[in-house]
Amino acid sequence: MEELNLFVKSIFIDNMIFAYFLGMCSFLAVSKNVKTALGLGVAVTFMLVVTMPINFLLDRYVLQPGALSWLSPSLADVDLSFLGLIMFIAVIASGTQLVEMAVEKFSPSLYASLGIFLPLIAVNCAILGGALFMQQKDFPSAWTATVYGLGSGIGWLLAIVGLAAIREKIAYSNIPAPLRGVGITFIITGLMGIAFMSFLGIKLG
Amino acid sequence: MLNKKNKEALFNPLSKDNPVLVQILGICSTLAVTVSLEPAIVMGISVICVLAFSNVIISLIRNTIPSTIRIIVQLVVVAALVIIVQQVLIAYNYEVSKQLSVFIGLIITNCILMGRLEAFALNNKPWPSFLDGIGNGLGYTIILVIVAFFRELLGSGTLLGYQVIPQWCYDHGYENNGLMILPPMALITVACIIWVHRARNAELQEN
Repeated sequence: MEELNLFVKSIFIDNMIFAYFLGMCSFLAVSKNVKTALGLGVAVTFMLVVTMPINFLLDRYVLQPGALSWLSPSLADVDLSFLGLIMFIAVIASGTQLVEMAVEKFSPSLYASLGIFLPLIAVNCAILGGALFMQQKDFPSAWTATVYGLGSGIGWLLAIVGLAAIREKIAYSNIPAPLRGVGITFIITGLMGIAFMSFLGIKLG
Repeated sequence: MLNKKNKEALFNPLSKDNPVLVQILGICSTLAVTVSLEPAIVMGISVICVLAFSNVIISLIRNTIPSTIRIIVQLVVVAALVIIVQQVLIAYNYEVSKQLSVFIGLIITNCILMGRLEAFALNNKPWPSFLDGIGNGLGYTIILVIVAFFRELLGSGTLLGYQVIPQWCYDHGYENNGLMILPPMALITVACIIWVHRARNAELQEN
């Protein structure tokens, strides 16, 4: 029940894009059609689900103050938390490289349409942000952290698919020429963000 | 030193190939640091330094990096440079570095860095890569400063911390627009800049 609550909360209330504005670059650039958006959304969700428990275990057993005491009692006062950022980035970057190789091999068309934004998943702020929030929220177990990763990923996926669907529709409307494409997308995202702010105050049971 | 190609690498990113307006890179930090002008300027300068030097380093070792592990190599180079910038700021301007500590760390995940390393530094010699880094950093800084100018002016009535909207305006019922402080308004401000920019550069308009 606790996990279900967290899952729903991380999709809608703590939505990565609309509540924290993380992962905007690929969100704006790869939302031209629903199919590509879905592909990138699945890739990001996958990365979050894979890296979240790894980073959780790293944080719990290596990085936190005194976390190394399971190795030997003499290490109990070692504090490696300053290495957090670079360890998380290393995990995420190596994971991204694996995903890139897998996508290139199994779906060359998706690989071509994602273009530069596939390697950019490594610096997708949503994934690093997820790891940092996980550290901040102090989850009880790796399982809870995975649920949080899945929820945030699905929230990101819903947001990018929603935006892609709107962009496919507005392809037929008469927008002032300089605003076509990116400009109107920024405005739509801004308005979606204002709408999602109404979720911010909600507390689930 | 500055032949035609190098000039393009340096000056195109300022307007015609601007990283924020045209390449759509580095949006996250554009939203995060533009609430007021001062952090935006410091952030811009830090990004210029990190971008120029990481471009040079990656360009120098571009023939020795195996393409399968290039992302990790790039991130290590960027992270090392970001830590240097952070330490310099702590040493010479402690107050600003305390305000900015989170944002400086965020340079690691700034897409402009990875984008330029992948798209330019991996295929070009060090000198053009250096110019490309400076150009893109400047292009990014210009947008940051414009967005921060309007958000600070309309949201807080100040510029660089000094009050610019005179007191008698407030006495006559003028209110700061609190909406400008919220992140969605940064998006809409950037959209307005894109609108003006593309109205002046018709060849950038999309169909």
